[in-house]
Amino acid sequence: MARSINHNAHTGALPDFRNLGILLRILLISNGIAMLAAMLQVNAVREWPNQFTGNAVLVEPFLLLSLLVLALLNDVLHRMTYAAGMALVMLVELVLAGAMCLVAREFFWEAQPDLLRLLLIVALTTGMLLIYFDLRGRALSPAIAEARLQALQARIRPHFLFNSMNAVLSLVRQEPRRAETALEDLAGLFRALMADNRELAPLAQEVELCRQYLALEQLRLGERLQVEWHVDKMPADALIPPLALQPLLENAVYHGIEPSETPGVVSINIYAVRDRLHAVLRNPYRAEGNHHAGNKMALSNIRERLLLHFDVAAELTARVGDNVYEVRISMPYVRAPKP
Amino acid sequence: MTTRLRVLIVDDEAPARNRMRDLLSDVGNAIAVDVAGEAAGGREALRFVENETVDVVLLDVQMPGMNGIEVAQHLQKLDPAPAVIFTTAYDTYAIRAFELHATDYLLKPIRAARLQEALLRAKNIPAASLESLGQLQQEPRKCLSAAERGKVHLIPVEDVVFLRAELKYVTVRTAAREYLIEESLTRLEQEFESAFVRVHRNCLVARSAIRGFERAGADAGEGPWQVVLAGIEERIPVSRRQQHVVRELSRQ
Repeated sequence: MARSINHNAHTGALPDFRNLGILLRILLISNGIAMLAAMLQVNAVREWPNQFTGNAVLVEPFLLLSLLVLALLNDVLHRMTYAAGMALVMLVELVLAGAMCLVAREFFWEAQPDLLRLLLIVALTTGMLLIYFDLRGRALSPAIAEARLQALQARIRPHFLFNSMNAVLSLVRQEPRRAETALEDLAGLFRALMADNRELAPLAQEVELCRQYLALEQLRLGERLQVEWHVDKMPADALIPPLALQPLLENAVYHGIEPSETPGVVSINIYAVRDRLHAVLRNPYRAEGNHHAGNKMALSNIRERLLLHFDVAAELTARVGDNVYEVRISMPYVRAPKP
Repeated sequence: MTTRLRVLIVDDEAPARNRMRDLLSDVGNAIAVDVAGEAAGGREALRFVENETVDVVLLDVQMPGMNGIEVAQHLQKLDPAPAVIFTTAYDTYAIRAFELHATDYLLKPIRAARLQEALLRAKNIPAASLESLGQLQQEPRKCLSAAERGKVHLIPVEDVVFLRAELKYVTVRTAAREYLIEESLTRLEQEFESAFVRVHRNCLVARSAIRGFERAGADAGEGPWQVVLAGIEERIPVSRRQQHVVRELSRQ
């Protein structure tokens, strides 16, 4: 199955039978099926609640007993392979159903339940639930979320790439040394873009990447692009999600500098206050004559990654001030482990 | 006498202009070209062609201020108009449009061989029509242009008070003077819909220039409406069919 295609993808696993959410889901779905079954058994709607209550005498004890046994077996089940685990769950359910049926016949059941019919119902319901949990596991699989994020990250504006290549080509003959530096910067940028960017990375590394990127842009835009760094209070040991800043600078240049005939300033301010890390990026903003309206890709991508790493503890806000566009990131100050 | 091709390079990025110079010298063996000059923007390019004749303009599409498409539109007012070859790094929209209108374009980084082909063709191909350039234009022009004594005169759209269709031309009125341009009033109305409003079958006035409305004639109160405009004495009559404009604009 998925395992043989990609070891990163979701490899089936049984749900955690001690997780309250899982238990609730099993109860809700099983009772839903019981209600449906009751509906099928009766001819008039008003007989439905009676029928359901009647069935419940058998269904509810069985359900509760099943959950109890599965919760007890949880560790054993998770030590087995997925296939063996599923088989054991199925076996447990069938044995329990058989036992319940015999007990009921012996003691208080008026209408004798048909054993085979009961076993079939239990087998089908158990199978459906197992399939449901498998699908749910796949949908939530972090491997899938990560793959999507990586795909998003890999997007660099082709506009930037081709213009930079053109600028480098212009240097090759007259200023070979500057051309070399530019190509090294370009290589650095692409290495970062194509790296495995799932783990937090040193802030200093991201800042270096931003410098390389801005050097390339300055190569072609010259004096039109002015950069102000405010990083004296930047903590040296902070970790941030990789590529949290560079795409924002790319936006700043594309929307704030390129469409303007007059030079503009892009400013980057990074500092830590107690246990929070802040980054503020500003670029000139003109309502009119802006490049193609909004590229929100970068913003939502970074927001999504901040969420993945820090959940609600991080935030990214963008606002338009007096001819200035400002993006503000605030996140927990995570320190790199001391070497 | 062999005719040498005079080329003007227009690009807002200095390295891109340098690169184009290198390429032009590379193709120099196969085709006789002279770099007539360089311009870092659309307005600079149009100033340049006032004093110099050029055969081919290599024109970057994405430039701040005035984009390449608009520059090309103004260049067409010249007689004879230079051939225009667009250059662009990456712009899927523009490329599709160029293909559609068979306009010549080069993709950056440009190859010498492609440049040579385009220059050879430029010698023989008639200049792009104003019509097709108009369709390439995605946003309203920043300037109108009038040809006067072999030069192109740029009229910033924000200076225009009204546009009035005459027999064959459209009169462009600014506070300072009038110009004649060869365009259709209907096209102008579509292009500048947000900045101008039609008050008469033959007249568009700038919304920002409207100071008010008054009744014409001696016995005030009954005559037809007229628009009072900033910067000029002349009043523009509002036609019967456009009376609703008076109501809409007076309410604001």
